[in-house]
Amino acid sequence: MKAAKFFLRKMIVHQNQNSEPKTHNCELFEMEQPLTKNIAQGKTLSLKDYEQVGGYSALRKILKSNSPQEVQQIVKDSGLKGRGGAGFSTGLKWSLVPMDDKAVHPKYLICNADEMEPGTFKDRLLLEGNPHQLIEGMILAAYAINADISYVFLRWAYRKAAEIIEQSISEAHAAGYLGKNILGSGWSLEMYLHTGVGRYICGEETALLNALEGKRATPRAKPPFPTVSGLYGKPTIVNNVETLSCLPHIINNGADWFKKLSISEDSGTKLYGVSGKVKRPGIWELPLGTTMREIIEDYAGGMVNGYRLKGALPGGASTDFLTEQHLDIKMDYKDVAAAGSRLGTGTIVVMDDKTCPVGFVHNLQHFFAQESCGWCTPCREGLPWVEKILLGLEKGKGSMEDMELLHMHTQYLGPGNTYCALAPGAMEPLQSALKYFKDDFIQHIEKHKCPYEG
Amino acid sequence: MIGEKKHNAHAEAMEIRPTNMENKAQLTEIEMRAIDHEISLVPYKKAAVIEALKIVQKQRRWISDQSVEAIANYLEMSAAEVDSVATFYNLIFRKPVGKHVILLCDSISCYVMGYGKIYQALQNRLDIQFGQTTKDNLFTLLPNACLGCCDHAPALMIDEDLYEDVKDEQLDKILESYK
Repeated sequence: MKAAKFFLRKMIVHQNQNSEPKTHNCELFEMEQPLTKNIAQGKTLSLKDYEQVGGYSALRKILKSNSPQEVQQIVKDSGLKGRGGAGFSTGLKWSLVPMDDKAVHPKYLICNADEMEPGTFKDRLLLEGNPHQLIEGMILAAYAINADISYVFLRWAYRKAAEIIEQSISEAHAAGYLGKNILGSGWSLEMYLHTGVGRYICGEETALLNALEGKRATPRAKPPFPTVSGLYGKPTIVNNVETLSCLPHIINNGADWFKKLSISEDSGTKLYGVSGKVKRPGIWELPLGTTMREIIEDYAGGMVNGYRLKGALPGGASTDFLTEQHLDIKMDYKDVAAAGSRLGTGTIVVMDDKTCPVGFVHNLQHFFAQESCGWCTPCREGLPWVEKILLGLEKGKGSMEDMELLHMHTQYLGPGNTYCALAPGAMEPLQSALKYFKDDFIQHIEKHKCPYEG
Repeated sequence: MIGEKKHNAHAEAMEIRPTNMENKAQLTEIEMRAIDHEISLVPYKKAAVIEALKIVQKQRRWISDQSVEAIANYLEMSAAEVDSVATFYNLIFRKPVGKHVILLCDSISCYVMGYGKIYQALQNRLDIQFGQTTKDNLFTLLPNACLGCCDHAPALMIDEDLYEDVKDEQLDKILESYK
């Protein structure tokens, strides 16, 4: 991943009303990779090496010259959006934390490192490869909201990252970047690592807070929002690993620099990943707005010989399918949404033409049903029902009535009808599969078997 | 120094000791010291219950009813409350597990890349299905949600070790190293 500057060919496809490509312009666009340029395959950047490439200079800078409000403004101006899947403006979220003298303390800054969305493997790279980049980002974020205590909430399965983060927190402490009176600023911050004990729902912001408090990880009703009443009822910000890792670079280079990194209205770079039957599954830091075609065909090498792309989930298991017709869309928050899906985590799961869509969606619904926290009826009862119907279809025992039932679920488990976003997320691949792969479902019913078997 | 104290208590508790303590409704000195440290970091005792479960499970392999009772007494909670937390999290084991726990990823990318074949191969070799333990008590086989290395699927973990790009032919050697 060590990069000199890359040049990215930017294809501008002009489409007429019949969606036929009309003109192609090629521009050479110099690509920077701030998040990953110092990450070497299989290695962890030490504190010393991180400092040598400018690490912790952002922290020194703001402690000397910027108030928390000024840091918030810089991040707001940069246009940074949450990289955990929701894409909410980071600066805006921070601005909702009470900052006046009457604000309640302790305030908390939490890094959500509970990466468990199927198909997603981007935060692992940052956690294992450049932990101090994350830690510095966390300290910057904590300063911006005047926090006193910070946590890294890390999933259990990332054992290597747990060791690395624990070690790195000690190193940062010893170097004076954490603890009391950081670098003589008068501001103090404690940081702790907390490892989970399983369950995908812990990645949901409010469920994470309950898990930290030693409870069952059921989500909480919002409002109140965690910014006002979060961990132990105190003002809390929860940010994703990738989001926090952007911060030292934004502070060092400025909001405008961050905007110019992308080829989209949205700012910055993005870790894009591809998994499935492509020639080179992997992960790459690219300008936000790189097209799906480029990521799948140029970086991931396209489909393995003998396979064709039938569908793809652009941002992990809880995003709507896109198909071949969408390959030229920009992988940013706006354009993917306009195409009827979500950027989510930006890690693409490719479904090839030899994998049964019904079986594929069944696997997804098995996951979501299993991971339901059980709190609200639509999710707790609906997801296992959907899973059961899909299994029946896959085994050739389905009927047209099942199509009605599945469709009904996509409405009843949709946004606004459930306590959190898990069930609506589960419905995204289902509703899009019913739209794009309806024929496959019908064939299972009419042939009384899975046409992909054998 | 806080860091050092934590490291020592933590390190002690993370060493697996073969014990016959699993059914004792009383925490050991080591367990209590480690849990005390966790209690010192939270506003009230029962907020440390998940850490306590992790500590006790590391010492005893799994969480028995007596272990639940022991934790409940120490943290001044009801056993039902401790159990409600313990049974929520899939990596807290409320049933005995074998010497080694195999976690096979059964999520979407591993599904596309053939986790099913690996599962079949494990079933053939170990003569158990998901949720079961081998007769010699060596391996317990469990499914697990996405392990976060989807570009190297299929993947599995055995205890704390991660195995990526797993092929049928490699399984014998991998399993052998745990015997």
